Amino acid sequence: MTIHFILNGKKTTLDAPPDRRAVDVLREDFGLTGTKEGCGAGECGGCTILVDGESRLSCLILAAQLAGREITTIEGISNEDRMHPLQDAFIQDGAVQCGFCTPGMIVSATALLNRNPHPTRADIRTGLSGNLCRCTGYQKIVDAVEATARREEETT
Amino acid sequence: MNPYIPEIGKPVPRADAAAKVTGAEKYAVDYYGANLVWAGVRRAGVAHGRIRLVDTAAALQLSGVLAVLTGRDVPGTNRQGIVHKDQPVLAGEKVRHCGDAVALVLAEDRATLQKALSLIHVEIEPLPGVFTVDDALRPDAPLVHEEHPQGNVLLKATIQAGDGQAALEGCDILLEETFHVPVQSHAFIETENGIAWQEEDGKVVLVVSTQAPFRDKWEISHALGLPLDRLRIIGPYLGGAFGGKDGATVQCLLVLAALHAGGRRVKMWWDREESFIAGYKRHAVRMHYRLGARSDGTLHALHCRLYYDTGAYAHLGGEVMALGMEHAGGPYRIPHTRIEGWCVYTNNPIAGAMRGFGVAQVSFAFERMMDLLAGKLGMDPLELRLKNALRRGDRNAVGVTLTQSTGIADCLAAAQQHPLWRERKVWKKGAGPFRKRGVGVAAVFNAMGYGRGLPDSALAKVELTPEGRIRVYSGVSDMGQGNATAFVQIAGQILCQEHTAIELVQPHTERTLPSGSSSASRTTYTYGNALIKACEELRRRLTGRAALMLLSDTLDDLELLPGRVKNLASGREIPLTSLAAMMAPEDRVCISQFLMPVVRDKLDTGKEFVIGFPHLLFSYAAHLVCIEVDELTGAIDVKAYLAATEAGRVLNPQTFEQQVQGAIAQGIGYALSEEVLLQEGRIVNPDFAAYIIPGALDIPEIVSLVVDAYEPSGPYGMKGVGEVGMNGPLPAIAGALADACGIHMTRSPLTAERVLTAMQKQQETP
Repeated sequence: MTIHFILNGKKTTLDAPPDRRAVDVLREDFGLTGTKEGCGAGECGGCTILVDGESRLSCLILAAQLAGREITTIEGISNEDRMHPLQDAFIQDGAVQCGFCTPGMIVSATALLNRNPHPTRADIRTGLSGNLCRCTGYQKIVDAVEATARREEETT
Repeated sequence: MNPYIPEIGKPVPRADAAAKVTGAEKYAVDYYGANLVWAGVRRAGVAHGRIRLVDTAAALQLSGVLAVLTGRDVPGTNRQGIVHKDQPVLAGEKVRHCGDAVALVLAEDRATLQKALSLIHVEIEPLPGVFTVDDALRPDAPLVHEEHPQGNVLLKATIQAGDGQAALEGCDILLEETFHVPVQSHAFIETENGIAWQEEDGKVVLVVSTQAPFRDKWEISHALGLPLDRLRIIGPYLGGAFGGKDGATVQCLLVLAALHAGGRRVKMWWDREESFIAGYKRHAVRMHYRLGARSDGTLHALHCRLYYDTGAYAHLGGEVMALGMEHAGGPYRIPHTRIEGWCVYTNNPIAGAMRGFGVAQVSFAFERMMDLLAGKLGMDPLELRLKNALRRGDRNAVGVTLTQSTGIADCLAAAQQHPLWRERKVWKKGAGPFRKRGVGVAAVFNAMGYGRGLPDSALAKVELTPEGRIRVYSGVSDMGQGNATAFVQIAGQILCQEHTAIELVQPHTERTLPSGSSSASRTTYTYGNALIKACEELRRRLTGRAALMLLSDTLDDLELLPGRVKNLASGREIPLTSLAAMMAPEDRVCISQFLMPVVRDKLDTGKEFVIGFPHLLFSYAAHLVCIEVDELTGAIDVKAYLAATEAGRVLNPQTFEQQVQGAIAQGIGYALSEEVLLQEGRIVNPDFAAYIIPGALDIPEIVSLVVDAYEPSGPYGMKGVGEVGMNGPLPAIAGALADACGIHMTRSPLTAERVLTAMQKQQETP
């Protein structure tokens, strides 16, 4: 079927069987391999994308469900000449190790800060509790999200 | 970010971080390609049995199936394995665990692949299996490998020092206990995968998520009978590994598939369930301990019997056990020891390398024994550890003289001085209703490097590129631990170039040089030492060649600076681009080898270990944990954690902390929730819904203290820090639980159910 949606800010048309998973469409058809798959069952959060600004798991979404939606992947979080503040913070605060959970983590953190611009560390941990990381122990990820929120507070 | 010189000792951000946060980094799993073929494996699903029939006809008839291969189609020895070649690529006559591969399918797309796999008709005549070490050791036990001369015993070994167990007789106090630790899964987020294709000249290229690309080449060559020069292995950054990608996973299967794909790219990507079923695991171990001490708390004698369940194939089972045995006495002076180990084949999933390689298991046992001893003596558990802590010059529990940095006492002292320890009694009183608080301590260590018998070597290569940039060719994978960034820092430190002018090549068997596996806390130590030598040689060359251009009659006036060499006396300088243009290609490349030093003591014990015993270098840590136990549910809540770590000098405080925090998180999972549950060799929890790894809410804020020490043999004084943190959480939390509730646990993980049951039993006993 033909599916129209907005992908990282651009109007997009996709011709795909309606039951293909969104994660496969993004990775294979659009080459957006920043969206990772770690479990295929909605447990690890590696495939998190934004659907109309809300964090969603692309391994549990079918191609047909993309119709009419605004989809943002990790590749659309930054614009061409400037990284998203969360991405800068993840680099500076050492929140990246193997980096495989990182795209999903940053996408989830983006949604978290959209919902709650002034989160406590406990709020951040709750907000990211759907994203598994096997390398970091989460502390530096929490640091990075907290630092981003604080910087945003200072500039606004 | 403004350019900076990445230097030693600074919290330099990771070289790979920018590509990873934007999603641009290409892991092996991110390689696809036009006209892609998907390959997959039909697994046995039976733990032990004879293959009667693998009927591929129906699968082959399915439209979109390119090939269905079985054991008969494997051209070489069809045997893989790092030390013992006992594992078939595709099982022929027999299956030895549920995850054995019995057929390999190549298909046009994933849906067809799944359909074809289900259409393969496999008949396996079940054989009686062995699923526990005790079953496997019975004289009449069914044999996992009929041809193995020691039956189901992969390796039996003994380490003895001093008078051995005989010294237990004269001890004032004798304690005895048996401990059990379960199978743990690495649970890296990027599952096993790769992509392979055959080039027109017949060469097969494999891009794979691997910890050992050069060894993979040997494994594939041996198993598939391909000449080494027909193979090219490329190892991008890994999405986690922790030991689980050290050894063949998809490698031989994919190259075999590529030989049948007519030059098309073939991709194999295990899903999470397959990763659980077919991937490697941490060994379950049963540990019998008898510890003897003087009445003043001085340790005197230890006798251990350790039983490692290595599953269906050897992998590194014998070496894992060797390291566990070497650490069985803890970081303590014990003059008389006898440590016996049995590494046993069963029909369980394959156990192999995992962070804290055999050591995470024994750490639980020896630290529980220390707590029991402290309780018996009425001594402060931290004081007891300090009293017995190894110091440089001591002989350790296996008889090796510690000639190198030995900081466990300093780690314990640092923990002792911290408020979490000093103020623990007040803190413990603050538990609310139906809750109890406890504080635990653990002293742990972890060896570095391969140990005697296997040269721990790296070949570093660094180049001044024609563009005047510095390119480091790393032959050792970065699975997330950050060694690649340390290499950039070493190059930056010695060659004084900005981070934007330093490039890194990840392992590639034709561009980089063999530098061993990414394992054993060795990568930065071994490759880093080699790279220092290579970079120093390059610096000498660059200033020496610049002297000719700058008409300097002495090198003393010349300094290598960002992008140029300058004569400080005359003020004249030459850009590196011009220097590169002048130099011949072979003159722009420096290669250097480093070989890790080894123990010099001639030990008359542990002769059964061909490789991997003993070790010269250890990193040390003291861990403190504060927990709260829910008396109604038994659930343990980890409230605070402190690690004081001695791993030599710190090259990068940020990556050092990452290793400490990350290892502790895995250790907390190992302590509280992670257990691969087996029924007759079948994993009953092969997913993240039932196998619970810690999330962001399960890990407390972790305080990481650096205990300074200088390791003269290390690059800039460092030792590896990748593993030691894994070994502390389980014993520390078990100690804290005993402190909180008086429950002495001998079996992990410390799940709410187990804790609650133990508390109920405690109430029943008067």
